[in-house]
Amino acid sequence: MSLSIEDVARIARLSRIAVTGDELAATQGQLNQILTLIEEMRAVDTSGIEPMAHAQDVMLRLRDDVACEPNRRENWQAVAPAVEAGLYLVPQVIE
Amino acid sequence: MIEKSVKQLSAMLAAKEISAVEMASEYLARAKAMADLNAFITLDEDKTLIDAQAADTMLANGSAGVLTGVPIAQKDIFCQQGWKTTCGSKMLDNFVSPYDANVIELCRKAGLVTLGRTNMDEFAMGSSNENSFYGAVKNPWDKTAVPGGSSGGSAAAVAARLTPIATATDTGGSIRQPAAFCGVTGIKPTYGIVSRFGMIAFASSLDQGGPIGKSAEDCALLLNVMAGFDERDSTSLEHAKEDYSRNLNTPLAGLRIGVPKEYFAEGLESDVAAAVLAAIEEYKKLGAIIVEVSLPNTKLSIPAYYVIAPAEASSNLSRFDGVRYGHRAADYSGLTEMYEKSRSEGFGAEVKRRILTGTYVLSHGYYDAYYLQAQKIRRIIANDFQAAFELCDLIAGPVAPTAAWNLGEKNADPTAMYLEDIYTLAVNLAGLPGMSLPAGFAANGRPVGLQLIGNYFSEAKMLNAAYQLQQVTDWHTRAPSL
Repeated sequence: MSLSIEDVARIARLSRIAVTGDELAATQGQLNQILTLIEEMRAVDTSGIEPMAHAQDVMLRLRDDVACEPNRRENWQAVAPAVEAGLYLVPQVIE
Repeated sequence: MIEKSVKQLSAMLAAKEISAVEMASEYLARAKAMADLNAFITLDEDKTLIDAQAADTMLANGSAGVLTGVPIAQKDIFCQQGWKTTCGSKMLDNFVSPYDANVIELCRKAGLVTLGRTNMDEFAMGSSNENSFYGAVKNPWDKTAVPGGSSGGSAAAVAARLTPIATATDTGGSIRQPAAFCGVTGIKPTYGIVSRFGMIAFASSLDQGGPIGKSAEDCALLLNVMAGFDERDSTSLEHAKEDYSRNLNTPLAGLRIGVPKEYFAEGLESDVAAAVLAAIEEYKKLGAIIVEVSLPNTKLSIPAYYVIAPAEASSNLSRFDGVRYGHRAADYSGLTEMYEKSRSEGFGAEVKRRILTGTYVLSHGYYDAYYLQAQKIRRIIANDFQAAFELCDLIAGPVAPTAAWNLGEKNADPTAMYLEDIYTLAVNLAGLPGMSLPAGFAANGRPVGLQLIGNYFSEAKMLNAAYQLQQVTDWHTRAPSL
């Protein structure tokens, strides 16, 4: 499995990371190297083996559906790049 | 003072031989004098002294615990209210955390005094610390060498005696490998023991916090503070509180130590092997029984890890969008370009590579072939460990195939550095506890670490074995001449 330049551009777009010009070819080479490294794993026979996400196979806990955090909007928004009247500012998305 | 153990520092504070403010000031002066090591991203004397004054109050009014007033360095991955928390990234260069990680809360309650925030590979991705936006940490034993990664700042700060103890995290070896490269002791506990709340996420199913210190005893005392159930971490284990120092003095007679043959195969440098085997000989003298074990799928841990870790990273790091916190590009037209430029400018090369890799392996049509397959291999690797633990109580081997390499030596080929993690990755995949302790020096004079791996929840046993070795060897008391 080898990625083309078009594949790399598509992955970059999905990742929301701008990869342009000369970077595309360099990135293509590096990603293909990584894919070669992980390729050996795909040939392993894993039929009948349960995938493992957590060593203790714990179930996600549930909690009561009640408010448990105080309102700290001003603290959270103090570190935001742009806010106004308690709202996060982003470029216009709806005409 | 700088060579004193945590217990000794604690006794000095309790006896009023020195105040917490004086102790913190001495360490801070040393940290500032050795700024060229680049072990810290942020020092903030005013904040440190506020912590120290609070500790002195606790010491005066009788509410002090064992660690009250003892200085600590915090890895810059743990959110700490009022402190710049960068995770080694330009993305968070302007981020002053509005809240505390669980680990930080626990340190605060214990009265530990934060000296500063230690340098690290960006978002904990790296084995050499060269991926930090703030520049690489230098290894205190040899300033031309890497300190290891990603907790290189924490390990170097302890090695250079800029702090007695430090927090760290380990996703694929990030506590054990820098501890080995810097000649200090560190333990990655069983996954789920230390809360991940407020610990900036890299690969959530692998990330685990733990302590770095000069000795097993110091690590046990700090782990006592860091560990504990936290309902705000969905994978935190409801495991009863333990005293990890309770077994330090237990004799090792009859302890079965397994030596995996795959860890001594091709690729391991002979001087590293010699130091590790000498440490295993010491265990024999202490009455341990050495048995050969096999971890036949060790090699598969590299591909499985480099699927799972990037996949989870690509998901976790999607939160950095330039909207709520972190870097936002100066110029953009439209929302998508704002995302793309902010992330492209804010992330370094290795982080981008891993996000792209993770995005690919999770993309439509590839999930089963990569992520699911890697999770199945994870199970195979965990089963291998359980088979080995039928034959032994602990596993011993090298931490890394070589001692610290030179700064810049392995930068050209990113995947070459991935192969250096061969002995540490499987422990994270299996969720087991692993530790590194000093075991001598390589031919080039750089430290070598011995890795101990235990079964789930066997931290006290591992720390016991490490402590006993540190009673009959003095590698952990060696310090670099600076």
